[in-house]
Amino acid sequence: MHLHKYEKMWMLIGGGALLIFLIMLGVGAFYQGTKPPSCLTTIDPQNVEAHDSFKKENLGMQQLDDNRYVVNVIASAFNYDFGTDEEGNVVRTIRIPVGSEVMFQGTSTDVVHGFELAGTNANMMLEPGYINTVETTFNKPGTYTFVCNEYCGTGHHYMTATVEVYDE
Amino acid sequence: MIANQLTKKDSKLSMAHMWVAFISLLIGGLMGLLQTLVRTGRFTLPFGIDYYQILTVHGVILALVLTTFFIIGFQFSLMSKTVGMSDRERVWAWIAFWVMLVGTIAAATMILLGKASVLYTFYAPLAAHPIFYFGLTLVIVGTWIACFVNFHQLYKWKKANKGEKSPLLAFMVVINMIIWFISTIGVAATVLIQFIPWSLGIVDEINILVSRTLFWYFGHPLVYFWLLPAYMAWYGIIPKIIGGKIFSDGLARLAFILFLLFSIPVGFHHQLLEPGIDPFWKYIQVVLTFAVAIPSLLTAFSMFATFETAGRAKGFNTLFGWFKALPWKDVRFFAPMVGMIAFIPAGAGGLVNASNQLNLVVHNTIWVTGHFHLTLATTVILTFFGISYWLVPVLTGRKLDEKTNRLGIIQTIVWAIGMFFMSGSMHIAGLLGAPRRSAFSEYNGSEQVTEWIGYQYGQAIGGSILFIGIIIMMYTFLYMTFFAPKGVEEFPIAETAEDAEPTPMIFENWRLWIGIAVVLIAFAYTIPFIDIIQNSPPGSPTFKGLIGNS
Repeated sequence: MHLHKYEKMWMLIGGGALLIFLIMLGVGAFYQGTKPPSCLTTIDPQNVEAHDSFKKENLGMQQLDDNRYVVNVIASAFNYDFGTDEEGNVVRTIRIPVGSEVMFQGTSTDVVHGFELAGTNANMMLEPGYINTVETTFNKPGTYTFVCNEYCGTGHHYMTATVEVYDE
Repeated sequence: MIANQLTKKDSKLSMAHMWVAFISLLIGGLMGLLQTLVRTGRFTLPFGIDYYQILTVHGVILALVLTTFFIIGFQFSLMSKTVGMSDRERVWAWIAFWVMLVGTIAAATMILLGKASVLYTFYAPLAAHPIFYFGLTLVIVGTWIACFVNFHQLYKWKKANKGEKSPLLAFMVVINMIIWFISTIGVAATVLIQFIPWSLGIVDEINILVSRTLFWYFGHPLVYFWLLPAYMAWYGIIPKIIGGKIFSDGLARLAFILFLLFSIPVGFHHQLLEPGIDPFWKYIQVVLTFAVAIPSLLTAFSMFATFETAGRAKGFNTLFGWFKALPWKDVRFFAPMVGMIAFIPAGAGGLVNASNQLNLVVHNTIWVTGHFHLTLATTVILTFFGISYWLVPVLTGRKLDEKTNRLGIIQTIVWAIGMFFMSGSMHIAGLLGAPRRSAFSEYNGSEQVTEWIGYQYGQAIGGSILFIGIIIMMYTFLYMTFFAPKGVEEFPIAETAEDAEPTPMIFENWRLWIGIAVVLIAFAYTIPFIDIIQNSPPGSPTFKGLIGNS
């Protein structure tokens, strides 16, 4: 079938741009390691405490080394459970020093939830039966908002928590 | 000119579909308006109606009911016009219509009773009333009957016209219905095998990731099922309206075949942030998703080539002079053209959504809602409106008069302005992190959230303007149905340019193209799907109370 000369050029430029973009995405994902959150570990949603990360004492922020942290969270309608602080109060705000690399690790005990820290690239789905993880680096001090961005029932829009990134 | 018209019986069939579509537009549009108002925080729904209930109505009635009825009604008219419809086929077409309608009413009743606030993407393990799932099954079964009526129509024509290439529009309808049939097998499987037994209590648990994967296997081809009828009008009807010819019959068919191949094995790009799916297979489907941009690039070229050729044929020979020669005052052209222009940013936004890493920024934010209000609710819907300005008069034996034309042009402008504000503020708020599918909330009361609420006012302003657009459209629909002057309106079907190259007959080789499509689907889904099943976690029981279904 005959293609017009201009059409060939148009498709070459358009197709070429798509190809370059795809290669960038592929290199980003598989060479530089920025894959989308795709943790393959399964877990029993009725008994998440059986997994070390989701034992009561391990919820919330755990320091790995100088500036690396893990934050463990259990989502359920309509709450993010980050455990309790030293005085036994429920944690609603997580305080993180600026410059930290943080891995959020979560699961759900009931329905599907979203886990998005607005203003950052930390965004993932939490599904019952699976653990999921996402990493981000906090370069700017400020207050960030966790929102559940996946419909989980009538109280879905009340599901929230806060991150405070502070200058030392 | 009488030979140009559809028979009375054929007209009645398509018109029945139009009625359901336009009533859905009014109801669904009203729900959309209410949603934008609730999200300003200044308005509360009366009678204890829940936000997520009207959100479910809005999604189901516009994305499933309006689109499906309009598309199937429009496609029946195209098939009757190009290859004809026998009395027996028409009986089956009516059966399809009633099955779909009964299913729609059953599902709608459950939503209105508050027993099915699960949005149209189902959200297992949130559990709706079983009748909701049965109703949706009937809708799908009805569309399958319509599929086979269309297949039979073309088959019969091919038998009577051996060796000839099929009429372009009939070819396109059949491609669209093949995509629909192959993709709905996924949603039918999850509803019949998973949701219905589970919601009835016959089985205790549901495999969530399997249900989501089967849904999105259907959920993305669904958007091409909406888009392709718009492309049918662009390729096969608009050239006639602007006084030109189809630029290339072969390229038009090639674009549709590429849609058949690439629109289905791409569902993972809706699941990029989900656990349990290997990132390698996500990336494979991202590549296939990008491939589906190719036929849209082809279409953009063909459209503007048609416009330019038509303009130059009329003597407008300067570089952009032909652009002025287009019939901007003819609503049959103007409305779809505005839709086409909206598709440029809409398509670009789609590539953002589908890419592995950028998706982290926008996934489940209201950016995505802004995106499909450009694609579906502007490009597709304005083209559908553009079709109805001549189709409804054809079906009712009336004329597209000056008044209809003026109303249509005003409607299009109102729509474009409303969507600019609504979709625009959705896109911006989404980039700032505002979530989709969420009622008004101040969350933790931070400054960040306050910023989103400003854009929610923008959405309410846009939504209100759009609702005015819906009222104008409803008035125009009633006017065209009952009051426009009687007469014979043209059913515009474009012809191929005389100097166009012959279309390769390989495009008519259905076994080949369906075969390749199936191979691509098998390639993209078999291994990850087996992985998902083999590595399944314990299943989930029903959660009814969370959506108020108890």
